[in-house]
Amino acid sequence: MATHVDMGQTRERLERWQREVFGRGTERDELFETISGEPVKPLYSEADLPADTEAAIGLPGEYPYTRGVYGSMYRGRLWTMRQFAGYGTAQETNARFRYLLDHGQTGLSTAFDMPSLMGHDSDHPRSLGEVGREGVAIDTLQDMETLFDHIPLDRVSVSMTINAPAAIMLAFYVVAAERRGIPPERLDGTIQTDILKEYIAQKEWCFPVDPAMRLVTDMIEWCARHMPRWHPISISGYHIREAGSTAAQELAFTLKDGLTYVEYAVARGLAVDEFAARLSFFFNAHIDFFEEIAKYRAARRIWARELRERFGARDERSLLMRFHTQTAGVSLTAQQPLNNIVRTAIEALAGVLGGTQSLHTNSFDEALALPTEEAVRVALRTQQIIASETGVANTIDPLGGSYHVEAMTDLMEQRCYEYFDKIDRLGGMVEAVKRGFPQREIADAAFRYQREVESGARKVVGVNSYREGNEHDGIPILRIDPQLEPKQIARLRAIRERRDGTATARTLQQLRLAAAEEDENLMPLLLDAARAEATEGEMVAALQEVFGSFREAPVF
Amino acid sequence: MGAATEKKIRVVVAKPGLDGHDRGAKIIARALRDAGMEVIYTGLHQTPEQIVETAIQEDADAVGLSILSGAHMTLVPRVIELLSDQGIEDVLVTVGGTIPADDVPQLKALGVAEVFGPGANTQEIVDFIRERAGGVKT
Repeated sequence: MATHVDMGQTRERLERWQREVFGRGTERDELFETISGEPVKPLYSEADLPADTEAAIGLPGEYPYTRGVYGSMYRGRLWTMRQFAGYGTAQETNARFRYLLDHGQTGLSTAFDMPSLMGHDSDHPRSLGEVGREGVAIDTLQDMETLFDHIPLDRVSVSMTINAPAAIMLAFYVVAAERRGIPPERLDGTIQTDILKEYIAQKEWCFPVDPAMRLVTDMIEWCARHMPRWHPISISGYHIREAGSTAAQELAFTLKDGLTYVEYAVARGLAVDEFAARLSFFFNAHIDFFEEIAKYRAARRIWARELRERFGARDERSLLMRFHTQTAGVSLTAQQPLNNIVRTAIEALAGVLGGTQSLHTNSFDEALALPTEEAVRVALRTQQIIASETGVANTIDPLGGSYHVEAMTDLMEQRCYEYFDKIDRLGGMVEAVKRGFPQREIADAAFRYQREVESGARKVVGVNSYREGNEHDGIPILRIDPQLEPKQIARLRAIRERRDGTATARTLQQLRLAAAEEDENLMPLLLDAARAEATEGEMVAALQEVFGSFREAPVF
Repeated sequence: MGAATEKKIRVVVAKPGLDGHDRGAKIIARALRDAGMEVIYTGLHQTPEQIVETAIQEDADAVGLSILSGAHMTLVPRVIELLSDQGIEDVLVTVGGTIPADDVPQLKALGVAEVFGPGANTQEIVDFIRERAGGVKT
């Protein structure tokens, strides 16, 4: 530790150095800011480290976990390479899943189509033209069984990216496994479930905010009792960032969402250590390298502190912020798409140096369409190159102690608490979301960024600079066969005809009655409805009769 | 400068379909408003019927459709068909979002004035709408 006298001398020397080097306008004409607008100094030094570095960063696997949640980190086990996939019907996606597992992927991640995300069956009028376009269409238990056909559900960890109807999809999944003789306690995976960020950013909803929060809490409670290896929620900053937020907003809104779910579960009567270890996170890896690494490190520290100090968590596992990372779709350009391979590699490296537990790398064609098989392979290979060739996974938190990264980590933390204060003054996150506060902050940041790109202050290769070559943009893209929609509708209708309609109707009626009782956990009723082959749309509609639906006030 | 050109251009910015990607639509809405146009933003998850109704009620000079769900070849023709059913031929229709290049000629043949893909500049869009929808109506 440097003494005060040393520090004073260091600072003086630095100031002199800065005057001599930059005193006469020798800097490039550039925005010296992160992509989020945070100032970046020409040089960081010992004077920028936290007052007590040892306490602020500690050791990996030790409080406050700045350097990583596990002691051995990637020396013990590499991150899970988990590519998000889904399109067409359950058969097509099952084939893509098996392709990915054959190519060395170590976990599965399911993308659902828009009607499934919104709780509409494939034959709903609003589903027209959308079935299987941006993910897989799952209407029924049978679709879920087809999706995971020949995949060992007791050995592969499965992630499902769905939120508003998450409880229904989980019911399909649990019953599909049950019919193969696999009990819920042996299922390993994650379902996204993070409804607050839907109202904030991704905008796929079924119900108003309050009943939606009840459903989330029902799932957390049910999973705590029946699915010890399952993560009932993945608290997500990814979509917040894609919608245009800054890094600090992504960090603050995501952590505040997470703390809100903890508050709700505790209010339900769960002890924090009964469920906190099963909460997981999902962050974006954007192109501003050091800011991203700092964001992950700050996130771990803040989460551990809040869980320990505010919620009194005693089990160490409750303090660990484990997270999945996906590279930034929004950083990819339609212009010169091969350049996206480079962007993705740099972003993935930030995720790895930030200590992620699992990673999805985007494919280079994703600014244009869903990825082709070749593009997905390159994306997966990118992770494998980082893991096996670069050596970055051989030492833990290699940037720990870096003047710049530690200062940036502190700055991220400070910005996060500034937002926490603002949100608390609005009455908490649920109230802030209802009032559109995070939504407005994000829209403002997105607009500011667009202005910077259009003025040329911020350069994006192929978009506002280095445009030579844009005329050769054509690459093969994935086309979704329009015949998949009628095929899926036919499958759905066949099930409606074949099943015991009286039994289905009975379980749906029980679901309605239970929904009207505020203290009844809805998971067992959804499982019964899934066993009776009720469709997703039917379950959502039954709940909407009690809960109502949601419409956002259109502001810009 | 005649009276007709001083009238504010009225633009409906609409999000048809089920996708929630409204970053682009909101940025365009702000940019058009900052350029002095009257902007009506429909909000998310609109059916073609709702969009056409809004265009009529608001007496729109232009309708900008933003779609990132891949359903554009179903939803855009439907909007154009409904406009034409209502006898509305003078509303400028533009499309923005992730539209594959191969689909652009077909959309234009249907009557879409322009398709703006990822990376399009808002000034370019403002200029296009001002030139093509400005001063037409009295």
